[in-house]
Amino acid sequence: MAMLSIDKLEVYYGAINAIKGISFDVEQGEIIALIGANGAGKTTILHTITGLVGAKHGSIMFGGKDLTKTPAHKIVSMGMAHVPEGRRVFSQLTVYENLMLGAYTRKDKAEIQESLENVFKRFPRLEERRNQSAGTLSGGEQQMLAMGRALMSKPSIILMDEPSMGLSPLYVSEIFDIIQEINKSGTTVLLVEQNAKKALSIANRAYVLETGKIVLSGDAKDLMNDDSVKKAYLGE
Amino acid sequence: MMSFVSYLVNGISLGSIYALIALGYTMVYGIAKMLNFAHGDIIMVGGFTVFTAMSTAWCPVWLSVVIGIVVCTVLGVVIEKVAYKPLRNAPPLAVLITAIGVSYLLQNLALLIFGSAARNFTSVAAGAPPFLTVFDDGRAPQFFTAVPADAAKPILTISMETFLSITVSVVIMIALTLFINKTKAGKAMLAVSEDKGAAQLMGINVNGTISLTFAIGSALAAVASVLMCSSYPQISPYTGSMPGIKAFVAAVFGGIGSIPGAMIGGILLGVIEQLSKAYISSQLSDAIVFLVLIIVLVVRPTGILGKKINEKV
Repeated sequence: MAMLSIDKLEVYYGAINAIKGISFDVEQGEIIALIGANGAGKTTILHTITGLVGAKHGSIMFGGKDLTKTPAHKIVSMGMAHVPEGRRVFSQLTVYENLMLGAYTRKDKAEIQESLENVFKRFPRLEERRNQSAGTLSGGEQQMLAMGRALMSKPSIILMDEPSMGLSPLYVSEIFDIIQEINKSGTTVLLVEQNAKKALSIANRAYVLETGKIVLSGDAKDLMNDDSVKKAYLGE
Repeated sequence: MMSFVSYLVNGISLGSIYALIALGYTMVYGIAKMLNFAHGDIIMVGGFTVFTAMSTAWCPVWLSVVIGIVVCTVLGVVIEKVAYKPLRNAPPLAVLITAIGVSYLLQNLALLIFGSAARNFTSVAAGAPPFLTVFDDGRAPQFFTAVPADAAKPILTISMETFLSITVSVVIMIALTLFINKTKAGKAMLAVSEDKGAAQLMGINVNGTISLTFAIGSALAAVASVLMCSSYPQISPYTGSMPGIKAFVAAVFGGIGSIPGAMIGGILLGVIEQLSKAYISSQLSDAIVFLVLIIVLVVRPTGILGKKINEKV
């Protein structure tokens, strides 16, 4: 059985049908990319999975539970972390405080400390800036903090929403390297990206979204060579 | 000189009471982004609860105060659940009108039960000697002692109520600051006040955190009611409205949403009010308080410690 299984999902914003019956699976250990233009519904899907937005129909099965019927704050402790679009770090709090909030649902102090050390190992810059308030970090550093904060919950799957948005090309490559590393250390990744080229280059499989529907899916390598994808999303 | 000290101390004492009330306003605003105009009336409910409990023969003062705190805490949480929670996604104006409605509801319930006449409130420190008495006949200043019958009129007296108001408020403010900055629940409050959605992604129960904020704010209002009704020993269904408005001014003055701002704003407001009563005009003191607020807001629209809002696009 798939780790995360989304079935006939429909989401409305008022009268607007944002997601029109989407089904897809994420298997353990994969990197899955959702690509598509602005307004295709990529972010809405992630928000519905982690409960920030309610679903009208359909189910999202994870860890034996339907997430559409689970309160948002109970989802993290089931092993799912979400790095939201625009990073949304707590800018008034320090880097350290942000990371500790990532471990909010965990109890064991020693294990939390271990996760903190791992995060600092992966993002040495966060350790340097540990007592700085998060609002003073650069965009790339904030992205690292948002990722580090998500890792602090020790997730089995991590949802990432536009991690490369607004970053300089140098940071973009670094962030994608880190996503691959996170995946190699055993965490499944569901990645939403406008940077389709980069996303397809690291993903196992991908789904292409257009105005709330999946129009294409398959192996990331095949999609990269697909003519319609090339034309619409890769600018070739 | 001594009269100035006396006015100043009384101002700080009144100001600490305002600060306690202002903390409730500012914390609720910070977390729920709403102005809880029923907050002042929680003070009135607290006052009447303690008044009623103390007027029964068997209830000692400390237990009356505890009952008052418990009643206000529960009331604050219930009001949030019943009146404000269903409006979580409603326009701010609907929430504001509801808060004003709750305020009138509480006032009218009190009118129904207790009538409109003001009652005499027995100070929780009734019968206690003054905290400090200073004489000008060469005697050493006396702490916690009754003024001897043969003594000349003291030149400075600081009552036990004044002393209690300042001490209790300072202790509460320190405890609250430690709670917010050092505990997990406090950090969760800071996170919710900054970004509810991101806080949920951390596993923070946003509704629970909002309830906790209302509980703390209302408990502080109960403490403030005891201190205020002891210093100015009267209670009526309208007791809460003026201090409520003043505390709201104090919160705006200090920067709404800022906890140290509410403390500073409250104390400054009390001092300004008392000094203008003493040296300018007791009728005009409220007008002066609001005038100072207007000036502060013209110079610093976000209040003394208000955060600049940096919205990154």
